[in-house]
Parts: sequence; structure tokens; C-alpha cells
Amino acid sequence: MSDPTEANGTAGADEAAEPAQTPGGGAGRRHVRVVLVDDHRMFRTGVQAEIGQTEQTGVEVVGEAADVDQAVTVITATRPEVVLLDVHLPGGGGVEVLRRCAALMSDTEQPVRFLALSVSDAAEDVIGVIRGGARGYVTKTITGTDLVDSIFRVQEGDAVFSPRLAGFVLDAFASTDAPPVDEDLDRLTQREREVLRLIARGYAYKEIAKQLYISVKTVESHVSAVLRKLQLSNRHELTRWATARRLV
Amino acid sequence: MLRPARRVTISGMPEAATAAAPLDEPRPPRKLYRSSDGRWLGGVARGLAGHLGLPVIWVRLVFVGLFTADGLGALLYAAFWFFVPLGVGGVEAQKPPSLVTTETSPDGRKRLVARKPDKGQIVALLLMVVVAMVFVGNVNLGRGAQAYLLPAVLAGAGVALVWRQADNARRARWVEVGRRKRTLTLLRAVAGVLLVTAGVTGVFVLQGSAAHLGSVLQAALAVLVGTTLLAGPYLVRMTQDLSEERLMRIRAQERAEVAAHVHDSVLHTLTLIQRNADNPGEVRRLARAQERDLRTWLYKPEGTGKDEADEPTTLADAVRRNAAEVEDKHGVPIEVVVVGDCPLDERIGAQMQAAREAMVNAAKYGGDGGAVQVYAEVEGKTVFVSVRDRGPGFDPDSIPADRMGVRESIIGRMERNGGTARLRAVPGGGTEVELEMERVEKTS
Repeated sequence: MSDPTEANGTAGADEAAEPAQTPGGGAGRRHVRVVLVDDHRMFRTGVQAEIGQTEQTGVEVVGEAADVDQAVTVITATRPEVVLLDVHLPGGGGVEVLRRCAALMSDTEQPVRFLALSVSDAAEDVIGVIRGGARGYVTKTITGTDLVDSIFRVQEGDAVFSPRLAGFVLDAFASTDAPPVDEDLDRLTQREREVLRLIARGYAYKEIAKQLYISVKTVESHVSAVLRKLQLSNRHELTRWATARRLV
Repeated sequence: MLRPARRVTISGMPEAATAAAPLDEPRPPRKLYRSSDGRWLGGVARGLAGHLGLPVIWVRLVFVGLFTADGLGALLYAAFWFFVPLGVGGVEAQKPPSLVTTETSPDGRKRLVARKPDKGQIVALLLMVVVAMVFVGNVNLGRGAQAYLLPAVLAGAGVALVWRQADNARRARWVEVGRRKRTLTLLRAVAGVLLVTAGVTGVFVLQGSAAHLGSVLQAALAVLVGTTLLAGPYLVRMTQDLSEERLMRIRAQERAEVAAHVHDSVLHTLTLIQRNADNPGEVRRLARAQERDLRTWLYKPEGTGKDEADEPTTLADAVRRNAAEVEDKHGVPIEVVVVGDCPLDERIGAQMQAAREAMVNAAKYGGDGGAVQVYAEVEGKTVFVSVRDRGPGFDPDSIPADRMGVRESIIGRMERNGGTARLRAVPGGGTEVELEMERVEKTS
């Protein structure tokens, strides 16, 4: 909610700026090119209307796509910085888009980053796209301000965990019925767990930093570490877990 | 299947027209069905027994008894078999789970596999053959007819085999039969046809003489092959068409189900929203309630209690239910995240009540700042619930004496049940209530 400027938040020191809800946080100097992938035209139009005023938000929608093939074509052609990706798409779903854009994601010059934006909150959908390489997941009920915020966060290489995603991840890593294959990867550290828990409880990065007496940068690195573990983890039970229980 | 209160009224259509088709409202007068479960032969005896409320064995004995009376039992049985449809009704309550044959297919498949040997049926068939032989041997119908009995019995057995086959095909409509059953099906059909052929051939041979056996058999075979060639492709095509049509019907049914739901809930909500367009609070409340409802309907897995009338039995259910009710009542969005789950016991029940109170407080006093966040986690034996709002916040040490809600309903209730409650101001603004409770020992 009030999570405006975590990018310039140094050690969570600036309390004075806290209540001021500047949309997009210093939008003037930032600029990000975005592609919208969603099979509902109404929704694309709505998002476009909400975040597309480039002068105010700093977001420029450079392309739209309604299915997997279109998405791959548009993304390859426009090379956006961030793709807002729906989970359910005709032609194989968001996971398929991620698979076919894997090369673009790992591009060192100008990587394309994906933010999953979905109405589905079935755990296997969500975990699926995250494991496929998306940098974060937000639900479609998100406000325009928060969405712009998340887009910039993803553009900067950070991960975006909504409370719900944090809950899914905690749940997935908590159910340790089988011994992890790779100890380092398959275990969340105490700190990471704490950070995730606070995200799940609705805390913003800055609030988490204050709560745990660490810097916002540290919070970011914890979240990124969790994302990396989630994407690289070779625990089979992650997938099994996701299909076995559909948490809402 | 799911929505008992489905309304079929379509706007503009006279009420009488729809009322004329009270399809599933009153139970039709009990109809006689043959039982597909635990039957020996055609399921006639079981079906009758279920219908009349008698033990199956009595009915079977009666049939056997009638059978000795010049084969009357067999005729009766055959008549019942022919005219009474195979169904799931009329099974005696011996095997309660098997009563739900029409329901879920995984369940049904498992049961079918388990019953694959069909020992009872094989034994029954053999018994029937033996009895028939004895019958043939003993009964004297007169010189001419006597000779025809054996072929007749043979043909009868073949017909019975094929009929059973038809029954199975019909049952396969309810429960999907595995691919391995197909070969068995074919074998049975072939055996049935061969038996009938043998019987009929026997009759013709008897009319002529044993010397004609070869040519009659040849002729019969030729006719059989000819018929198969002529009718075979047609039959195959028909079966394919039928199964396709069945698939379409199932799809149409599903569609109707979704349409009914959309009509019942979504359209009504949209109508209400149009009427309340100038009341943003109400619109938001309606939309959220509808979203939640539809989400539950869409994403809840089949068979996990889609009927929402019953009380919640697990922590996750209880938290969501409480949040939904508070959300509806106070019009403040509540976002719920649950990690892990556990059954409710009395302590957790108390915790749930405290959590509900906390949600109500958060919605009342902190609802202006945005959604209320509820987080519940089960970790080992500890259940932790946090409720936070982004309202103005207040100093926990100076709870006014009149705030009974906090003091009694939250803190007091938790402590009386052996848990702890903590209220605190969140660094970023707002209030957070943390409730912690140990689950009741399972052994005690």
C-alpha cells in the first residue's frame, strides 16, 4: 500500500517522507517500457488507462498481446524492459511465454523482466510462473499506484512478492516431508523466512527494514534470494505440493 | 450436482412454462431398477430385493424355486432382464459406498478395478449352466421338443452373455471403463455370438440330420460373416457417433451449470451494482463478495465440500469464513493469507473468535487506510494469527476502559484459553494484533 520509494530508501531512515504517497516515487526521471500480455482486451484497456499516462507514471506501454504466439512476437520485436504477464493465456499460458523468452530474460545487455499479473490465485499457477522465471506476482486487484511501483521494482532487478505469494512460498518451503536435495538451495534462512512472513502480513519493505533493524537493501537482497531459491530449487515436492493443494 | 438452488427462470419467460418441468424437485415414485452392483447375472434379483426391501437371497431362492416349475423362473428372470433398465437404485444398503455409482469417476474406476475378477458372476453362470443341464436332463417335454432343449439353452446362454455386455456398455456411461476392459468386452461378445450360432445351428441340424452338420455350420458362419461385414462398419460408426454425442451432452451440461451460476450470482450482482452506481462503498462490497464467491466456486477442488452450509472444520476455512463475514458486514476489504492448516480444536476455536474480533476492530477503526491484512500460520503446534490495519493506530497501553472488545474479547479470551495476544503499533502506521495459541495435545 504505502510503499513508495524503496529504491532510494537508505536504511529506512527517512520517516518524514513516509506518509506522502507519491505515485511511482519520483516518476519524473524514470522511464520504463512495458508490454501487456493478457487475453482480456477489457483488462488491457483498463491497465493501459491506469498506468499508461507516461508523463505521470513514467510507464510507456509499447505493445500488447492476447496469446502466447503474439506475446513472443511482440516481446521480441519491442524488447521492453518489463512484461506484465497473465498466467492464463490461450496457447499454453504464461509459463509457455516464459519458456520461449528464456533467451531474452538472460540477456545481459538489456534483460526483459516478467511480472506475473493474474486473477488466479491457485497456488500452482502462481508458483508455476515464478519458477518459470517471472520476477514477481501481483493480483489484478492491485491499485494503479502499486502496480507502477511493482513495475519499477522489477525493472531494477528486484523481486515483487505480494502477501499472497509470500504465503504460497512459505507454505511450499515449510512442507518438508522429503529431505531437500540441495541443502543450500532448498532451505530458507531464518532471516528470509522472517522477511517473507512480514511480507505475508502486509508489511512494506521499509516497514520490514524497521521491524528487523536492517536496511531496505538487505530486505531486497533477502527477497531476491528467496526468488532465486524458488526458481532454482530442484525440490520436486514444490511442484507436487502445488498440484496437490490448491490454496486460495 | 453442486447448486441445488438453481433457478431456471429466464427473464421474459412465463413462470408457468418453467414450473411445468419440475425435473428434480420431487422424487419420482420409486422405480424398479436392476442393480449394477454386486449382481450375479442380470442384477434382477438384487434390484427386486432392493425395491421390495427383502434380502437378496430370498428373491434368488424364489427365482430358483420358480425355475423348477417348468422353467418359469428363467422366463420371468429373462423378462425382467429385458424390460427393467439397469440402474443404481434398489441396491440394498449392504455396501453403502457403492451406492454412489453415478458420482465421481475416479472413485468408480477404483471400484470397477477392484471387482474385476467377478468371481461371483462366474460362479453364478457356471451354476446356471449346471442347473440348466440337470433341468434338461430331467424334464420331459415330449420326444420332439426334448432334442431342441440343449441348443436352446446354448443359444440362451449366448444371448445372456451379449445382454450382459449391453448392460456393461450402459454402465460405462456412468463410470469410465479402463482400456484393458475393451478386449474382455470383445471376447465376451464373440463368445456370445458363437454360443448363439451353435445353438441355432443345433436346431437346424436337428431338423435335418447329423449328416448336414458341416454344411449347416458353414452356412451359418457365412451368414454371420456376411452380417458382420454389412453391419459392422455401420455399428462402429454408430458407437462413435454415440460417444461423441455423449461428450457433447456432458459439455453442454457443464456449460449449463456455469451459465446457471453466472446467472444466479454474477448477473444479479451486476444488476445490483448498476442500481447502486452512485454508492461506491456498496458497489465495492458487492463486487468483493461476488469475486470471493466466484473464486471459491471456480478454484475449489471437486469434492472438498462445495456446499457451503456446513461449519468450517479447519483453521484455513475458519479464518476465511470470518474474514468474509466481517468484510461483508463492514465493507472493508480483508486480505487473507494462510500458511499451513490444521483442524479446529476448542483453543483454536477461541483464537478464531478473538481473531474475528480483531478483524472487526481493524475494519471499524483502521479501515480507511486500506485493506486489512490477516495472516495465519501453523507451525508445528503453534498457531499464529496476525491482523493488521493501516488506520491511525493507537497506543496499546492506553486502551480506554470502555474498549471491552479489545480487553475482553481479544486479550481476555486468548489468555483464558492459554494463549497470548499482543497489540502493537506498526512502524509504518496502523495497528497489529498478534494472537498465538498452542494446539490441544492429540493424546490427551
